[in-house]
Amino acid sequence: MFAYVVRRVLATIPVMAIVALFVFSLLYIAPGDPAAVIAGDQATPEDVERIRQSLGLDRPYLVRFGSWVFDIMRGDLGVSIFTNLPVVTMIKQRIEPTLSLMIVTLCLAVSIAVPMGVVAAWKVGTWIDRAVMGFAVLGFSVPVFVVGYLLAYIFALELDWLPVQGYTSFSQGFVPWIENLILPAVALGSVYIALIARITRATMLEVLQQDYIRTARAKGAGQTSILFLHALKNAAVPIVTVIGIGIALLIGGAVVTESVFAIPGLGRLTVDAILRRDYPVIQGVVLLFSFVYVLVNLAIDLLYTLFDPRIRY
Amino acid sequence: MKRRHFLAAAASAATPARAALGQGTSGASRVLKFIPQADPAVLDPIVTTAAATRNHGFAVWDTLYGLNQDYAAEPQMAQSHAVENDGRRVTIRLREGLKFHDGEPVRAADCVASIRRWAARDPMGQVLMARTEEIVAPDERSIVFRLQRPFPLLFDALAKVTPPVCFIMPERIAATPPNQPVTEIIGSGPFRFVAAEREPGSRAVYERFADYVPRAEGVTTWTAGPKRVHLDRVEWLAMPDSGTAANALIAGEAQWWENPPVDRQAALRGNRAVVMEIPDPTGFVGMARFNHLHPPFDRMAIRHALLGAVDQEEFMTAVVGADRSLWRDDVGIFGPGTPLANDEGLSVLTGSRDIDKVKREIAEAGYAGEKVVLLAATDFPTLAAIANAGANLLRRVGMQVELVADDWATLVRRRANRAPPSEGGWSMFFTFWSGIDTANPGVHQALRGNGERAWFGWPTMPRMEELRTQWFDAPDLAAQQGLARQIQAEALREGAYLPLGQYFQATAYRRGISGLLKGLPLFWNVQKG
Repeated sequence: MFAYVVRRVLATIPVMAIVALFVFSLLYIAPGDPAAVIAGDQATPEDVERIRQSLGLDRPYLVRFGSWVFDIMRGDLGVSIFTNLPVVTMIKQRIEPTLSLMIVTLCLAVSIAVPMGVVAAWKVGTWIDRAVMGFAVLGFSVPVFVVGYLLAYIFALELDWLPVQGYTSFSQGFVPWIENLILPAVALGSVYIALIARITRATMLEVLQQDYIRTARAKGAGQTSILFLHALKNAAVPIVTVIGIGIALLIGGAVVTESVFAIPGLGRLTVDAILRRDYPVIQGVVLLFSFVYVLVNLAIDLLYTLFDPRIRY
Repeated sequence: MKRRHFLAAAASAATPARAALGQGTSGASRVLKFIPQADPAVLDPIVTTAAATRNHGFAVWDTLYGLNQDYAAEPQMAQSHAVENDGRRVTIRLREGLKFHDGEPVRAADCVASIRRWAARDPMGQVLMARTEEIVAPDERSIVFRLQRPFPLLFDALAKVTPPVCFIMPERIAATPPNQPVTEIIGSGPFRFVAAEREPGSRAVYERFADYVPRAEGVTTWTAGPKRVHLDRVEWLAMPDSGTAANALIAGEAQWWENPPVDRQAALRGNRAVVMEIPDPTGFVGMARFNHLHPPFDRMAIRHALLGAVDQEEFMTAVVGADRSLWRDDVGIFGPGTPLANDEGLSVLTGSRDIDKVKREIAEAGYAGEKVVLLAATDFPTLAAIANAGANLLRRVGMQVELVADDWATLVRRRANRAPPSEGGWSMFFTFWSGIDTANPGVHQALRGNGERAWFGWPTMPRMEELRTQWFDAPDLAAQQGLARQIQAEALREGAYLPLGQYFQATAYRRGISGLLKGLPLFWNVQKG
């Protein structure tokens, strides 16, 4: 097992190298000019050129790529073209809101979606099942920003229960922290809940037909015990897989959600950096997201061993 | 009690840090939360000409001269000045007691270094320095310009609000090369930048500078007069989504939104807690800029003929709608309402529109069906609207139009390309300039006619350059106005660009806020509650 983990961690290195090459090359050929954005509309072409030279943007591709890779090897993601701050510092500033949003969304989604899916499978064909599946269709079809605006209108503007926007650090207290996260987490979680609920229902339906479930019933096991101890544990592998895949959805959704709720997280940092062509920041954030995604996949593979003792690495 | 108030009360009891930040507490009454047009990504107002950075600059740094409601220069940091030796020696005396935010006194040497750095980037500053033999600080409070010949616009140059603005920085910071952003944000303005609370892209915080000494006399208008501060703290909260910004203002989570877009204004006007007004009487002036290097717009006759097809009402309606109180359609070369605005040659824009005549004229001028590549920025609704209206106009006069829609960062890259349109260049792009940035030939970049060194489009207009030089030497406003008429006539004759009208950007703030100044979003004089 340990050897497997080490092998998998080492395997992330070529993956990250490919991602790095891909991201750098894509940004190199992408149109846009950070020097012109910095200089502003009234700057002359000469001003723009001087800024471009001072940023080193006039250097050839290989020189820039080599210098970037050399810096990364030393753990240096570079410096933002616009703020002059190290990219690592900017990521550190922005990681807490995004991490908070993802954790709350994940907890919310799993705690709602799994029971929903289980109950829908148990009550298959009834109005409960249809209601759950109807909700799932709605969750898939309504975009995150629409859900966000609706929630903000109802719960922030009309009822005045929660704030419209912003983020308060956990260090300033749990209540203000969670107050700012409830609406974004529900908005971001809607599609995630729909996805997990559907997979849970489908997997549970299959498991509930198995012989060992019939045996458990014959032995007089209670319904709750059958559903959550016998069936759900055996349905866990595909559910955990979909939760893992869903983290990619969360990363993508966070970009939109953070904009709608003005949360200063990594999603907004990415969008701002793309719009301004702040290359070091885009490269740093994409590398980070790729690394997180690789790690999440590894964690899921390891979790399989907990749910299914037959799986060994 | 609403649930949220209960939660907020519980939170503030549990977390004193919130009170210190002025969030959701009674201590917040002198804290103003402001939604700017954009986050000032670059904090150095000399390196960039971005308006958000200029506005941030006015909070942090002070200027030797301010601009008053008549668009004239008035002493600000300066106490007085003396013009001697037939205008070839100008001595500016600093006010007493001026301090930087690090506690150091403001010295004349700081001003000299700041003027030099600013002048390296600024078009008016470059003219000033070209005429300056020497600029020195003979003592702690005196700045002396020794000029080769009189420069009547010296004080206007130091007072201008068009970026880059001549902000005064400590000498050690002003020693930074002008293309390299400064790393310390230390000024002597009425607010201190709180670097520790800066979240790039999201939040900038300013606190009242306790040692700031406002002028004792004068009227507070634009950037002139006493800068009296009634707020303890101003927080800039960047909100890229206009729906979120509108909700934040309505919910009271922000008190002032600099520039609500047109499609949000009706909802805000209907809200009793919100007040809307037009702060900047000079508005925004739209223009279609030709590429003078390549066909078809290398031909003056074609550029000039197109003026006869421009219907400014159509452009402004596309941008801000049918409400005529929000726009003007008699706009020439200089921002309407500013001292140099005039009607010389304007009949070409205001007379009846005859599309057939324009078609004939451009055919006679040699238009042979060349493809016209228009650059349109899609990430700003006003720019997208004006570009689409422009494309329609050119199609109506029979031109072959290719509309290239991109985001602004891509557009600014392509517009720097001098190659022919078929090889990655362009024929025309659209932009808006603040009206104050078109107020005179010294700041109006689109009037430069110095070929490859000119602003994008690179026109060669020797007569225009000559008139511009004469304007710098004009001894008084009457002489400047006379030259402005000639400059406007020349710009329209040459077809330097197509003026497309002027619109006025509303600002929105919560009832209870007062003292907002005309012009820029400035935070002195503003009161809350």
